[in-house]
Amino acid sequence: MSATFVAIHARPAPVRMLGARAWIRTHLFPDWKNGLATAIIAALLVWFLPRLMDWAIFNAVFSNDNAACRAVAHAAAQPGACWGVVAEKYRVILFGRFPHADHWRPLLASLILVLMLAASCLPRCWKRWLAPAWLGAFAAFFLLMRGGVAGLTYVETARWGGLPLTLLLSTLGIAAAFPIAVLAALGRLSHLPAVRAACIGYIELVRGVPLISVLFMASFMFPLFLPPGMTPDVLLRVLAGITLFAAAYLAEVVRGGLQAIPAGQIEAAKSLGLSYWQMQRRIALPQALRHVVPAIMNSFISTFKDTSLVTVVSLYELTGALGLALRGDTDWRPFYFEAYLFIAVIYWIGCYAMSSYSRWVERRLAVSNQATGKTQ
Amino acid sequence: MNRLKGIGLTAIAAGIWLCSASAHAGKTLDGIKQRGQVICGVNTGLAGFGAADSQGNWAGLDVDICRAIAASVLGDASKVKWVPLNAQQRFTALQSGEIDILSRNTTFTLTRDASLGLNATAVTYYDGQGFMVPKKLKVKSVKQLNNAAVCVQSGTTTEKNLNDYFRANKLKYKPVVFEGFEASFKAFFAGRCQAYTTDASGLASIRNKEAQNPDDFVILPEIISKEPLGPMVRRGDDEWFAIAKWVIYALLEAEEYGVTQANVDQMKTSDNPSVQRILGTAEDSGKLLGLEKDWAYRAIKATGNYGEIFERNVGPKSPLKLPRGLNNLWNKGGLMYAPPVR
Amino acid sequence: MTGGPAIPPRQPPPSAGRRWRWRSQATRGLLWQLALVLALSLVAWYLTRNTLENMRTRGIQSGFDFLLQPAGFAIGESIIDFDSGDPYWKAFLIGLGNTLRTAVAGIVLCTLLGTLIGIGQLSRNLLLRSLCKGYVDLFRNIPVLLQLLVLYLLLTEWLPDTTATLQPLLFADSGVFLSKNGLSYPLPVWEAGHLLTLIGFVLGLVLAWRYRQRARRHFEQSGQARAVFWPMLGLVAASSVAGWVLGGMPSGLDIPRTGEMNLAGGGSLTPEFLAITVGLAIYTAAFVAEAVRAGIQAVPHGQVEAAGALGLSRGQALRLVLLPQALRVTIPPLTNQYLNLTKNSSLAVAIGYPDLVSVANTTLNQSGRAVECIVVIMVIYLMLSLATAWLMNWYDSRAAIRER
Repeated sequence: MSATFVAIHARPAPVRMLGARAWIRTHLFPDWKNGLATAIIAALLVWFLPRLMDWAIFNAVFSNDNAACRAVAHAAAQPGACWGVVAEKYRVILFGRFPHADHWRPLLASLILVLMLAASCLPRCWKRWLAPAWLGAFAAFFLLMRGGVAGLTYVETARWGGLPLTLLLSTLGIAAAFPIAVLAALGRLSHLPAVRAACIGYIELVRGVPLISVLFMASFMFPLFLPPGMTPDVLLRVLAGITLFAAAYLAEVVRGGLQAIPAGQIEAAKSLGLSYWQMQRRIALPQALRHVVPAIMNSFISTFKDTSLVTVVSLYELTGALGLALRGDTDWRPFYFEAYLFIAVIYWIGCYAMSSYSRWVERRLAVSNQATGKTQ
Repeated sequence: MNRLKGIGLTAIAAGIWLCSASAHAGKTLDGIKQRGQVICGVNTGLAGFGAADSQGNWAGLDVDICRAIAASVLGDASKVKWVPLNAQQRFTALQSGEIDILSRNTTFTLTRDASLGLNATAVTYYDGQGFMVPKKLKVKSVKQLNNAAVCVQSGTTTEKNLNDYFRANKLKYKPVVFEGFEASFKAFFAGRCQAYTTDASGLASIRNKEAQNPDDFVILPEIISKEPLGPMVRRGDDEWFAIAKWVIYALLEAEEYGVTQANVDQMKTSDNPSVQRILGTAEDSGKLLGLEKDWAYRAIKATGNYGEIFERNVGPKSPLKLPRGLNNLWNKGGLMYAPPVR
Repeated sequence: MTGGPAIPPRQPPPSAGRRWRWRSQATRGLLWQLALVLALSLVAWYLTRNTLENMRTRGIQSGFDFLLQPAGFAIGESIIDFDSGDPYWKAFLIGLGNTLRTAVAGIVLCTLLGTLIGIGQLSRNLLLRSLCKGYVDLFRNIPVLLQLLVLYLLLTEWLPDTTATLQPLLFADSGVFLSKNGLSYPLPVWEAGHLLTLIGFVLGLVLAWRYRQRARRHFEQSGQARAVFWPMLGLVAASSVAGWVLGGMPSGLDIPRTGEMNLAGGGSLTPEFLAITVGLAIYTAAFVAEAVRAGIQAVPHGQVEAAGALGLSRGQALRLVLLPQALRVTIPPLTNQYLNLTKNSSLAVAIGYPDLVSVANTTLNQSGRAVECIVVIMVIYLMLSLATAWLMNWYDSRAAIRER
């Protein structure tokens, strides 16, 4: 250990990190590996994007001109998309078999649900009147769709379809699932063994099986369970299936929220002499639910996407209505792909908006937690 | 709390209101009369037999049978609620009472008759299973289909016949089985399978209505099974079973005696005792069935006799262009033989 | 499902001799439970009675005896041979096999893809990062059924016909074809020489394992790490090749070719299998990517800085410091995603892949035993879920022990 002290050279001053060149350098070419990746991705994009644009926009046919569509689809050199299929069929895709002249009714009904959904997303609207408002919205929805009153012609549920059905199944499914989920979550955390066992049994049973089997059950078996002569509508049965399914997942979400509540809160509530239900209703649930709003939103997104499965049991929501619109029409059937893209965009917009919202709430919650010094 | 209770009550009321449209009780006929509607299970879309246009107007042979029954029972052929069903749902829908009658090109078999809680009424179409192949394969017989991928719909007698036939002929094949009827022929037309199999009438319907260019496809000559198709009703209601059966027989008898939609009113004055019996001008056969005296007259007036229904929906002049063949009357070389309406 | 008032968790111990008063919490708890059990049994009794009554009046036969009867239908693809004369229970088994086949393949694929994309989302490279984010945002927000339908449509519509002259994939003589018959690939024809290759392969595995042990011992003794992965791979490869050469270099390949009706020869993956597996993998990868990203972000930033201070490269830091720690956070959501993928494989029904649900559905229709078939599906899926949950708990407990 007789090393002499050797001075190391001073490091060079850091490269100026401002300006366009520096930005490009740090973001695109920080080292040779990243540079290579950038080059490859850029090359792929340059190759792919113009072709995509050509297909989707410049060579595409937008009017419902079947001959032009066929020509452009078979053009070897410059293939284009046929958005004409959407122009031709959008009403059937969006509203299914609903009587053509009355399409304003499903449109209005869908709008009501979408607006209610948007309103429910605003924290300003998280008030007591929200529940009755939703009830009113559903009532309005059913009045509009079903008719039979106020001069509206009666339309049986078998003819409901498309977007309103998708919206109804997801919103009503979640709304109806909510109370069940809260009870199941409370039950799962209960100290009464029979209650806990029943709730765990239900939650784990439902979460363990695929939705499709629940839908099959709703479609094939529910009628056998009920006394002869009582056969609820397919729509109602499927709705029940979706509700039971969503409730099990939602219950786990609510349980997460309940478990995150500091024990002190519960102890304080008890020491104030609140009964079990008072405690849950006034102390535990309001806090728990507020905390899990993002997770509830994610559950809702899942349910919204899952509604596409009901086409397997012959309900014509968006995906099913698309089949309804195209399969009987040989002229437009070659353009299934474009039609699929159309409804994919609808789903995507809905889901993306909701998941962005859920992320926003998450950030907002994090900020408010920091502000009040709450820890979880 | 009061508000919560109010909400709950409203929800329950709304639920009951929703249910009420479909809930019914008691005997099938009483239920039908009470709600003023026959609930008829039909195909989700098989041109010529049961298919709806985009406005929701149903047409087809199976559909007309339901119309005839509605006309007989309620006096109005439009008083039918159509419930489109796929192959998987059809029997449970009938078993559970969701529909009153299943008129959906369904084959009568022993298993279905004896163990599924169903009753087969009367045959409305004698069919058999056939195969369709693309013309460019230059296949002339099913026997050449060794190693072929065959598109077929699940839950049908077709699936089993296919298996039996290929086994008996020591041929290999790859079944590509689809849940939905549409999915199965869509895959075939896309080229996923070398052959498509279903009832011969269905093949004709699909080839004419669904193929991009019908001439690109040929239907092979072999018919590998017997498929007597007809409406089914739930077990345990003999009254309703008899009505469904005899409306069909009446339509057949009407053709036999030359009673048509056009001349049914004049025929009321016919001297022929058989015609008088059908049209209820002589004896009241309706009372025996629990129907009005002119039950058969109403059916014929609404839809025409069996021959007319056939011609309109699937016959040589329709887009399907199916020959009458086995479905001709017994005295014209076919199998359609109705017991006497007397 | 009704909850009941809980006995508070930390209640002072009741004074000597619990008093069974009407208003005491213990009594009320007991009553609540009794009421619930009573209500549940009533509901169960009511439903069972209705079902039995319905079946009796309508003459529907019930019972599981049908499982022993011959199925009478064929199944398109299966791991073990299935003949239509085989009983229904074997058909269920084939369906389960197909479900597991697509689930395992899907899980492997989605893990690979998802991990890469998850890491890519945290890349310094803006282009790569946006691409990965775009992938997640795109595929997560479209229903998986729709994705499967589109994929299957593309596979059946756009792939060449089996009768057309086939263009091999990748390179001229690869013998790999993509057609409406699916992905066809050559299979080696079995010859005696292959046995030696197999022996060589096994020998290579043993050698590689020994090498790893020695390397580890060396590391523990001297603190110097030896390369492990590549030498191990090399050992296995070299040993297999040596066995193959010794066996006389058997090179017979069964190359798929246009047959009379269909492609003949070689092995193949059907378009249905490809669609369901790839489709589920693409969809689930978006969720796996999010789980991986969250896991990596959960590792305190100090760890990365410490790794940098120790002189590890970014790749090394990722491999040796970040991922192992991220794994602990990632495993639970990952297991959930695997389970979801397995459950989603039931969507195979929509595109004609004979998975468990599809076979059960066919059985349901052919035998008319609706209740029994649905019970079978649910029980099997439930067992799969329970098995996965059990595995996860086992892993969790292991990971927890290793924590310091």
